[in-house]
Amino acid sequence: MSFSTLLFYIFALLVVAGAVGTIANIRNTVAAAMSLVLTMVSLAGIYVLLGAHMIAVFQIMVYGGAVVVLFLFAVMLHGGEHEDLPPGRMRLVKAASVLVAICVMAGLVRALVGFPELPAAGAGFGRAREVGIALYTDYVLLVEMVSQVLLAAIVGALVLAKRKID
Amino acid sequence: MIPLDHVIGLSAVLFGFGVIGVLVRRNLIVMLMSVELMLNAANLAFVAFNRLWPGTDASPILDGQVFVLLVITIAAAEVAVGLGILLALFRNRDSVDPEEASLLKW
Amino acid sequence: MVTGGTEFDLLRWIPLAPLLAAALHGVLLVVVRRTVSQWVTVAISCGAVTVSFVISCAAFARLVQLPDESRLLVDHIYTWIGAGVGSQAFSTELAFQFDPLSAVMTLVVSGVGALIHFYSWGYMEVDEREDKGFQRFFCYMNLFSFAMLLLVLADNLVLMFVGWEGVGLCSYLLIGFWYSDRDNAYAGSKAFIVNRIGDLAFIVGLLLLFWMLADAGHPTVGFQDIERYFAQIADVTLDLPGWLPGGPSYRAVNVVGLCLFIGACGKSAQIPLYVWLPDAMAGPTPVSALIHAATMVTAGVYLVCRMSFLYAVAPEASEVIAWTGALTATLGAVLALVQTDIKKVLAYSTMSQLGFMFVAVGCGAYAAAMFHLATHAFMKALLFLAAGSVILAMQHEQNIDAMGGLRRRIPRTRWTFLIGALALSGALPFAGFFSKDEILVAAYGAEVAGGRWFYWLMLATAGLTALYLFRLYFQVFSGKSRVKRELRDRMEDPPGSMVVPLYALSVLAIFAGLAGFPQAWGDLSWVDIEESNSFANFLAPVLAGTVREPLAHEIEYRLTLRAVLAAITGTGLAWWLYLQRPTWPGKISSSFRRLHRVLVAKFWIDEIYGVLLVRPLVAISDRLLYRGIDAWLIDGLLVNGVARGVRALAANGLRYVQSGLIQAYMFLMLVGAVAIVALLMR
Repeated sequence: MSFSTLLFYIFALLVVAGAVGTIANIRNTVAAAMSLVLTMVSLAGIYVLLGAHMIAVFQIMVYGGAVVVLFLFAVMLHGGEHEDLPPGRMRLVKAASVLVAICVMAGLVRALVGFPELPAAGAGFGRAREVGIALYTDYVLLVEMVSQVLLAAIVGALVLAKRKID
Repeated sequence: MIPLDHVIGLSAVLFGFGVIGVLVRRNLIVMLMSVELMLNAANLAFVAFNRLWPGTDASPILDGQVFVLLVITIAAAEVAVGLGILLALFRNRDSVDPEEASLLKW
Repeated sequence: MVTGGTEFDLLRWIPLAPLLAAALHGVLLVVVRRTVSQWVTVAISCGAVTVSFVISCAAFARLVQLPDESRLLVDHIYTWIGAGVGSQAFSTELAFQFDPLSAVMTLVVSGVGALIHFYSWGYMEVDEREDKGFQRFFCYMNLFSFAMLLLVLADNLVLMFVGWEGVGLCSYLLIGFWYSDRDNAYAGSKAFIVNRIGDLAFIVGLLLLFWMLADAGHPTVGFQDIERYFAQIADVTLDLPGWLPGGPSYRAVNVVGLCLFIGACGKSAQIPLYVWLPDAMAGPTPVSALIHAATMVTAGVYLVCRMSFLYAVAPEASEVIAWTGALTATLGAVLALVQTDIKKVLAYSTMSQLGFMFVAVGCGAYAAAMFHLATHAFMKALLFLAAGSVILAMQHEQNIDAMGGLRRRIPRTRWTFLIGALALSGALPFAGFFSKDEILVAAYGAEVAGGRWFYWLMLATAGLTALYLFRLYFQVFSGKSRVKRELRDRMEDPPGSMVVPLYALSVLAIFAGLAGFPQAWGDLSWVDIEESNSFANFLAPVLAGTVREPLAHEIEYRLTLRAVLAAITGTGLAWWLYLQRPTWPGKISSSFRRLHRVLVAKFWIDEIYGVLLVRPLVAISDRLLYRGIDAWLIDGLLVNGVARGVRALAANGLRYVQSGLIQAYMFLMLVGAVAIVALLMR
């Protein structure tokens, strides 16, 4: 087992641990957010191992930084809420959900095996220069569209979050 | 080399946790986080499959990574709007429990 | 059969001119919605029809310059329907043809049509029953002219059918012109529906003919092509269901011929589809003159003549036509005897004369039929227009019992009416004499069931024609006046615009017969014309000649004498009964009370149809089609039922899915997604 493979397993373990921490932290929402940070950062590590350096940087900046900070702000604003585990009226649905989700997981894992070995990637794979060129040449229209969506989201979020002036 | 099977398996597991989080938790903030988990699972799959067909050195194939970037952007927008909705809900209901917001029925 | 065709581009304007006029009227009526002065309306309408007539004359002049065997003008506009490839290629052209047959029809339609358009001006001007109807009337009249000209000029059966339906539509519109009176609207509907029955048979015949031609490898609907390839299908037989008499297989030409003839029956008011024609008199009188006397009702005769090559080899169908025509002629003449409505007498007379034409075609004398068609158009249009003048003078009183002694009040009308009556009853030098004589000669030589009886029946009917016409004439114009005093003093002839068409038609009614001067007379030593029957000679290239020994001249002279005697007998009887012994008709009818009642009730044919056909049809339409299928099945079960079902389902079950809990929704979504993925990966 090479070093990078070993690192992958470590990161994978951290990802799973972070995910479990995110969904299982019932009492403390801040802890859940912190677990999310763990997941995101570990994923960034996996991206690096896969050669996608540019994505890794964005992962840390956007997810690990901006998104989680947003979550924390939201938690701060409503002050954290105590959540009872036996969940209200939806008990049956939720039990079934867990079951189905586990089935999905198992199914996906079972279905998505047997891929070939990963080939060696060239130096240009995942480098900022190449990704940038791809974004602003082949995908420029898509980038423009996404920028419109982002603008709309900003305006929408502002309108939603603005306190009514009585 | 990293076995692709395991990367995809990780992606599937991550997605499953996301599903469980969205479906089970009664806190809208955590549900949104779980949505992020699912999106990240997809991102991981994107990158992994892109890595499977990296193209040549001269002209690398980067479609998967470009899509990941777009997904990240959309996810950021989604979180912004989602949290805005959450704040509005919290102001009106004094709670972030989705079961409190169930007037739109029958 | 005519070969080749000379291009004549003006041809298309014959039908198009009235169409454009009608469209212009339509735009003015519907879009502009301003009352235009009557001058403008008349100028547009009469102008258009006159243009048609002038072009028809030009085309006719061009046609007669051509040698006999290539007298055919064509005007191809574009391919209307094109289908199939290779040997199965088939196209229906939007094209017009102008051969001698079409020429006769076109000249009659546009010529008489133009005269009647001019007449209508005066007739509708003083009509005050509907204030805004003047332009609408002329719009319909133009539309009718278009459809009729399309019918006679069409170079294929399909295009002809368009005109055929078009005249039916205009007939409907014009019969019900004064639609505020329910009876008129019903009469229009009746005409339309009865015609529809015939049209169905027409379509069946058309398709059958096309099918056989396609089977023989020549899918075509053009008249020229049908005639060219007709020999190949002349002997085809059709297997028909065994319960039909005379089976198990018929000659296809007989079947096609009969189907087309049933179509002609509807349009030309023959037994059993004649019932609409008397009711059609509900329309304004110029309409009766143009549509229900001179042009549209003769379309059936034209159709049979157009397909003469088919009927010439279909003796059985021809015989049916001959007897139908004979019975219709007799029935019409008998019923005309007891009618008291001036227009209905003429309507039954029209029916009777159409019967004569069908007798001619049934006997294979197609030229004689066309000849009578043309002269009848002049005579009957004249009679109707004169009757219209009477009706105007009587202020829309149509009952002849309330007339009498009008000859001094409206002398011009009286003289023209007299000319029309003389001509139609077959007085010697007038048009009707020659044409009817020719038909009687054909009936004499015809080989139909009944033999000589057939001829005697026709001769008697010819005598009846004179009787009912002069009964009408004497009742209206002679004897004591039965008109109310205040009306009698104000009565006067119509204005000049209406009298001029009467005069023109009178001239035609007198002299048109000379076009068909019989050969037997031409051969008389003191006349000595080499080719005297120019009308028949003109038509000969396009009509199938039935090879038959011409009758000996002596026989023809004898037949002529008989015809003259019959006419004189009829006229004299009318004179005796209605002038000399005016009390006798009443006595006769009261002593034959039963018979008279049967005749006045028109043999209760309308009532019998009502019980046998109309009521069951209405019942089926109402109970089964309307209430059963439409209201219950489609509306109730399929439309409202589905809606109700969905509503019930939603109210009792599905709505609980809408819990309002997002996580429940997401769970269902997940299950659905998993199910789809599982299906895809199966």
